[in-house]
Parts: sequence; C-alpha cells; structure tokens
Amino acid sequence: MTEAANPIYTVSSAPHAHSGDTVRRIMLDVIIALIPAMIAATYFFGWHAIRLMLVCVIGCVVTEAACRKMMGRNLAIDDLSAVVTGILLAFNLPPSLPTWQALFGCIVAIAIAKQVFGGIGYNPFNPALIARVALLVSFPAAMTRWHSPLNTARWTSLGWIDGATTATPLDMVKTAITSGDPIPFSWDGSMAMRFFVGNMDGCIGEVSALALLLGAAYLLWRRCISWHIPGSYLATVVLFAGILRVLNPDANMPVSFHLLAGGLMLGALYMATDMTTSPLSKKGQLFYGVGCGLLTMVIRRWGAYPEGVSFAILLMNAVTPLINQFTQPGIYGHKK
Amino acid sequence: MRVTRALRKLRGSIHPQYFKGLTSDCPITEMPIPQKLYLSMSQHLGAPAKPIVAKGDVVTRGQCIAEATGYISVPIHAPVCGKIVDIDSAATPAGTMAPRVVLETDPDNTESTTMSPLSDWQDRPQEELITRISEAGVAGMGGAGFPTHVKLSPPSDKPIDTIIINGAECEPYLTADHRLMIEHSKGIADGIRMMCYILNVKSVFVAIEENKPEAIQAMQDALANAEKIDATVCILPTEYPQGAEKQQIAVTTGREVPSGGLPMDVGCVVENVGTVLAIAEAIEKGIPLTQRVTTVTGHIVKSPQNVLAPLGTTYADLVSFCGGLTAEAAKVISGGPMMGMAQPNLDVATTKTTSGLVLLEQSRVHIYRALPCIGCGRCLEACPMNLVPAAISYAVEGGDYDRAESLNILDCIECGCCAFVCPSSRPLVQHFKLAKPKIILKSRQAADAKGAK
Repeated sequence: MTEAANPIYTVSSAPHAHSGDTVRRIMLDVIIALIPAMIAATYFFGWHAIRLMLVCVIGCVVTEAACRKMMGRNLAIDDLSAVVTGILLAFNLPPSLPTWQALFGCIVAIAIAKQVFGGIGYNPFNPALIARVALLVSFPAAMTRWHSPLNTARWTSLGWIDGATTATPLDMVKTAITSGDPIPFSWDGSMAMRFFVGNMDGCIGEVSALALLLGAAYLLWRRCISWHIPGSYLATVVLFAGILRVLNPDANMPVSFHLLAGGLMLGALYMATDMTTSPLSKKGQLFYGVGCGLLTMVIRRWGAYPEGVSFAILLMNAVTPLINQFTQPGIYGHKK
Repeated sequence: MRVTRALRKLRGSIHPQYFKGLTSDCPITEMPIPQKLYLSMSQHLGAPAKPIVAKGDVVTRGQCIAEATGYISVPIHAPVCGKIVDIDSAATPAGTMAPRVVLETDPDNTESTTMSPLSDWQDRPQEELITRISEAGVAGMGGAGFPTHVKLSPPSDKPIDTIIINGAECEPYLTADHRLMIEHSKGIADGIRMMCYILNVKSVFVAIEENKPEAIQAMQDALANAEKIDATVCILPTEYPQGAEKQQIAVTTGREVPSGGLPMDVGCVVENVGTVLAIAEAIEKGIPLTQRVTTVTGHIVKSPQNVLAPLGTTYADLVSFCGGLTAEAAKVISGGPMMGMAQPNLDVATTKTTSGLVLLEQSRVHIYRALPCIGCGRCLEACPMNLVPAAISYAVEGGDYDRAESLNILDCIECGCCAFVCPSSRPLVQHFKLAKPKIILKSRQAADAKGAK
C-alpha cells in the first residue's frame, strides 16, 4: 500500500474485551457491604466505634503507603484493600481498646501480615486476623475487657473505658461450664433476638448478625462471594453444636446461641471469605468451610479461649495451598 | 429433522457484551471489486501455497495461481480477472510473514475459469469429491483455516458417525455466519448432504446459539425435507465459547475429545457453516473459494455491514466501502474481540479465515495493567476446560514451564475467558500463548533426542 500516513493501532494479544471488573471495585463492594455493620457498631458503642474504625482505616492505609514507599514500589493504596483491612480489624476489637494498641494492630496487619509477603494477593494469612491474634497475645487484658452495648455514656464520655466491665456471652458460658456453675443468663427467644440485632457484649463489628447478613446478601448479589464458604462453615457449626447439645444438654448451649454469639457471623461471612487466603475452587471452598466450622467448635468447646473463630480461620488459611493442590477440577478430556 | 437443546452446560463460560445488533439485520452486500488484491499464500493452516504465476501474467477469475505444497495445504485462485503486478512477502493477519501475490484487477473482464460442475455428485465416488474440495482451495472458514479435504479424509481407524455444523458464532460483534444461514440456508443444506455422502454419515447436528432465531428457523426449513440424513438443529444457550470445537462436541453429543486428541477421536467432524457453503459451491458449481463474507463492524464504523468481498481485499478498502469511520480507531481486530488478532494498520488483506473486522475506539480498548492475583477464583469458573488459569499463569510468569505443563497448560484452547473475567487484569491467556509453543517445542526436542539414541 502506498498510504504513508497510516496510523499504527494498538497491537496486543487476544482477548481484546474485558468484563470491566477490577480489584478496586471488589474492595469497594466489600466496603459497601460493611456499611450496615459500621452503622450498628456506631449505634451500640458510640464514639468508641467511630474512634476505632477511623484509627484502623487511617492506620492501615498509612502503614501500607509507608511500606510501599520504603520498598520503592507504587503506593497501591488506591486498590482500597487497606481500607477493607482497617474496617475488618476495627470490627475485631473491643470498644475500649486504647488507640495506640489499635495502631499497633494496623502495623502488624499491613506491614507484617501483608507487605512483607509482597502486598495484595501474596499474603498467606488474613491480615486483620493476624493483627487481632497479635493484639490478643500482646495485650490480653485490654483485648478481653468488654463494655456493654448501649452504655449511657457511649456518646458523652470516653471515660467509660475505666468504668464497669462485663464479659461476653461466650466468656460467661465457658466460665460457668468449666467451673460447673449454672449459666448466668437464660437463653430464650427474646434473648436470641437481642443477640441477632446486636445488643450483646463483644467486638464492635461482630455483634449484629442482622447487619452482617444484610451486607453479605449484597456481596452474594454482587457475586463477590459465593455461598460455599459461609454455607459450609455455618452448616458445620450447626451440625457440631447440635450433636453436642443432643448428647449433653447440660454442658452445651443450643445451636442458635453458637450461631449468634461471638464472631462467627463476622468470621464466616467476611473473614473466611477473603479471596486471597481461601481456596480457589468451589470444592476446595467447601472443605475449607467445613474445616473452619470444626476448628471453631473444637476451640469453643475444649480450647483455652472462649472464642475460636480467629484461630480456626487462620489455621485453615495455612492449609489453603494444600487444599488447592488436592481440589484441582477435573479437566475436560482427561479420564477420571 | 429434529430440533433439540444443548445436552449440557459449558463447564465454564462468560457473557460478554455482544453488539451483534450493529450488523445482524444487514443483508450480505457484495462490494465492488477493489483496484488491487493482496493474496497471501498462507490463508490456511499448514504449508503456504506456492505461486505458479509470474509477475506480468494475466489471469482470469477462478484460475489457480498458487498450488498446494503438501497434503496439509490448499491452492489459491484468482478472485477476479487481472494482471499479476508483484510477488512479494508480507505479514498475514496472524502477524507471520508469508509470500504474497498482488493482483491488479480488471473489473470489466467477466471471463472466468471454472471447474466442471459435479451436479450428479451422488453418483460419483467420494474420493473425487474430496479431490474437488481440495482443488477448490476450501479451508475452514471459522478461524483456524484447517484444510477441509483433510478433515473429510479421516484415517480408517477413526470411524466418523456424527457431523457437527458450527453455526454458533459465539464471538461478540460477528454476524457473517448468522447472515449466511439466513440467506444461504439451501446451499448450506446441500453442503451438509455432500459431507454426509463423503463421510458416509447420517447423523448431523447444526449447532446455533439461541440469539439467532431467524437462522435457526432458516436452517430448520432448509433441512426439513433432507432425505437420507438424520439432521438435528441444536439450539445452544448464548454464551461464549459455545462455538469452540471441543465445547460444541460436548454440548451437542455429550462426548469429550480426549486431551491432545482431535474431534475424529470421538467420531465427530466439525465444520463451520461458511465452509459447508464453500463445499457446496465447489462441488455443485465448480467454483473455487475466492471470496467470503466478512462482518465489518464497530461503533465507529459509519455503516457496519456484512460484506461479501474477494479474498485479498485490504482492510482499508473494506472500511471505506462501509463509509469510513466516525472517530479515530484505536484498535483494529481481524476476527472477533475474544480470539481475533490486533492489526498494526489497515494494509492487511482478507484471507479465507477473515470472519470479521472489528474497529474499536480508544474508550473500548482495555489496557491490561496487571495486578497480582487476588485468588478470587473467577478464572476457574470461566474456564471451559476446567483448568486453573491463576496457577498456570504464575508458573509461566516464574519461568517454571514444567509446572505449567503439569497443570495441563496444553489443554488450554486460548478462548480468553480467564483474562476476560480477571479483576486484576492479569494477561492470563496471553501468558499461555507465550508458553505453549515453547513447551511443545521442548517436548518435541526431547522426543527427537530419545529417538536418536
């Protein structure tokens, strides 16, 4: 051809089309899904919820930027993953935790649990849970000092940090059962409803099953998560708790209590479903969910800690590569 | 004649935006003969054809200008009368260099050389028809360009019992096959009967995606009175890559082509509707394959159309026939956007496999800026072969081709579903295309070394 001024077009390998999905959009969806729980946290725990969420989000984003800068890489904070980690870390903290300790958690989550491994996509463990466990081990007293939700001082004073403390329902049950005392509250329909809405002692983001389920419905609709992990996780807890209850009703709480108390909903819906640290295939995700459920119940029933969700998920994170290895899908054209 | 639905779902699939409405209602339009035709000698899979004309020769329409160079090769014919003005070498749409014959056309000369029509084909031996198809230069027009006479001559230990006619056209934008089925259903039906006769097969599936109801109806009507064959129009759900050979065999017959095998390993021959029509024309009318329908489309094309153009028409001529562009093109794709090849300019010319020419403006061009894999698992769900693209991609990126091979990279059909869905925009199938030839070469070398010992 003779046309000299023919333009040179973009040349690249197929495909030339893309769904338009981005990591940023997925993270944004998770943030949107967490909004009901953020509102619930604020409603139940007032200023302290806002304080912890702000501190953790800012702490995580700043730590991420600082780490990336030190490593001489692009900042990568616009993928919003540090924001998600910040919110989830705050959700895993008791309302009275001092700000500096929360910041320590942010540094552990981002610097040690994430950036050391190479940043987003490379972390073997859920960063927010690593931070929670680090805080639990480092500051056991502060991490287990609870203040009741709807405390009258929640909007007026930061002082109730030193005020009357209580225990989480899982704590009370564990103490009562180990010492042989009666359970200090009666578990009935109205109590279960109170727990479902979120009016119970606990970490700021874990209390309201209602808010967490609303957000999870959004994530399912947006196809950011599938039912496989939460479904198998919760089903295993139901089955395990049900069997224990049937075998020995005096020493075990009903299934509904195990579902609503503690961090199970937060863990099953938002922490265990973290894409990077959970298996790739649906089959693998089912195994993983069952493992999380079993470990949670074993720790709750026989472990040293009243709550086992964090440890259960972290342990299953550790075996995720193994699960991936053994749940390779059956390839087209290969005989089984 | 029966009508059925797909036997099963694809193992993985995607639902891209199709944009077929741009051209699906545009009847096939024959474009005026361009001044010059640029005929690549490598329009098919296999050895390039060898020119048998010299610069300065005057040729007539249908005259053979290049002969096949081996069994897996086909000849090339002059689409119109004219004079050979140059024989050189140029890039094919696939980007590889191949000899090229430049023909200055003489549109007023309507003389033509045809082969004798074999209208009594049912009384002729199969070998004669296969030879005719080979002499007419027929190669797969769906995209791969595999010589048709080879497909129709399976070895005796691979009995064929089913023919699948691929009218899925699952690539976004393209409507050439769609229009062919509506406007040339009778010719396609004739071609189907010829294929059945050649392969001595009764059972035929015509596979069409359900977004082409007119084509489904047309093929039903055309096959309604087909005698001696057992034809089935199989309506497939609209999802990509429904038209991929292995996937189509699975959804129509339930059979799975074994890894590394061919459709004939499960008794099937798959042929694109355009190729079937070319078979009919070659046998019944003695016309060699010298033209094809190409969908020239894109939101920036002034009047997108399904253009019937002689082989060797430059993309520039196709675009100007369609009224030019309303905005600057940023990417030009030969074929569809999922598996087509991006072209550096419009100097490239059509071949027997050019099903479409898609022109994209800047805003529709996706730039793959890769982030690390976040393990979302979407590529696993999108993969129609059930591979784990995320893991294979990391193996390739790390240069660990042995691991890539053990993760069955060679089963990849390069459909692009994984890269399409990846939220990290990882160039997944791009990685596989890079590694596959190297892995194949390495295993061949290993086999050779073993043989030498």
